[in-house]
Amino acid sequence: MFAFAYHRPATLIEAQAALAASEEAKPLAGGQTLIPTLKQRLASPSDLVDLGGIPALRGITVVQDLLVIGAMVRHVEVATSPIVATHLPALAALAGLIGDPAVRNRGTLGGSVANNDPSADYPAACLALDAVIVTDRRELPAGDFFTGLFETALQPGEIVTAVRFPLGGEATYEKFPNPASRYAMAGVFVRRGEGGIRVAVTGASQGGVFRWGAAEAALAAGFSPAALDGLRPEAEEMIADIHGSGAYRAQLVAVMARRAVARLAAAR
Amino acid sequence: MRDLTLTINGAPVSVAVDERTLLVQLLRDELRLTGTHVGCDTSQCGACNVLLDGEAVKACAVLAVQAEGAGVVTIEGLAQGEALHPMQAAFREHHGLQCGFCTPGMIVAGIDMVRRLGTELDAQTVRAELEGNLCRCTGYHNIVKAIQAGASAMAGPAPAAVAAE
Repeated sequence: MFAFAYHRPATLIEAQAALAASEEAKPLAGGQTLIPTLKQRLASPSDLVDLGGIPALRGITVVQDLLVIGAMVRHVEVATSPIVATHLPALAALAGLIGDPAVRNRGTLGGSVANNDPSADYPAACLALDAVIVTDRRELPAGDFFTGLFETALQPGEIVTAVRFPLGGEATYEKFPNPASRYAMAGVFVRRGEGGIRVAVTGASQGGVFRWGAAEAALAAGFSPAALDGLRPEAEEMIADIHGSGAYRAQLVAVMARRAVARLAAAR
Repeated sequence: MRDLTLTINGAPVSVAVDERTLLVQLLRDELRLTGTHVGCDTSQCGACNVLLDGEAVKACAVLAVQAEGAGVVTIEGLAQGEALHPMQAAFREHHGLQCGFCTPGMIVAGIDMVRRLGTELDAQTVRAELEGNLCRCTGYHNIVKAIQAGASAMAGPAPAAVAAE
């Protein structure tokens, strides 16, 4: 690792001040991606501002028809929260599929969305559920927040404080994990509700998480796995690496999407 | 450098560390608690699992400074004198190891399972829960049996080791 100064503020205001003091300062959430990144010397922040001591970033609440989850809420908490299980069980199930138990004991919702790894699970849920990413400065719909591979609309020093998930409708997530890393090779989150049908795909695309418009249109015409027959994303736009070709991932997306739709259709 | 105070295996520890020090480096290199192992160093294998405030974490993916004020328990802190922790005893009884490299992390993972899921663990659950722990020797058959037995033993009438947990 390159050298950095470490700060552990107790309030959001202190964290903002610490981040504002240096252009190269970075927030530290659960650290399950950032610390391995630092170990590989792929990042060299001047300062790490640990958000783990800020109580305001924790908490899971339902406010009217919104599920609000603090940025520093860990995956294990989302996976086991009775509130999430009652109001948005698909999100609890998704959180339980991230990494492994020890990673879930540290990793956080805010860290995951701020990092926007193209194979992370939460971005698919945020996009399909039309969630709002709340920061210390503004509120951004997920569709505007995720801007590309490891890219978000976050400005330097901006801190994700919570994510608001609209409730209502039905949702499910189907994931094909890499057997070693547990990252998604293809993960498809499908939501059907008042706003229509939304299908978001993670793990597969070179551009990061995306809405699969063709699948949404096909499902709007008839909500069944058969509606997706013959549909798959463009192989040329999918990630091709040692774990699988673009064509392989395109096929995985199609299969995961059909499974998700089959599960939702069966649950009705 | 930064002054760090925490509790390790029940004893208070104050030490000055470079901010870059990983928790596993503090344990192994500074404090010579070498029972916590570094296998992959990429958060996959679980050989470096320790309990941080009672929860299993991968000590290769936690900065030592993040443990300020926390309680850390390593494999060295589980036994009470000569009395093995029930999860340790179960690994011995069921031959849940061959070379032993992954064993400290496996035992910590097993204790974390009991904390989250209780003492009645079926084999399928244990296998799924071990997704973050790799064994390169034996396969997992006896490890799974050991964790199930250790979990049951942790429910049993409290020997000293359990009472002190």
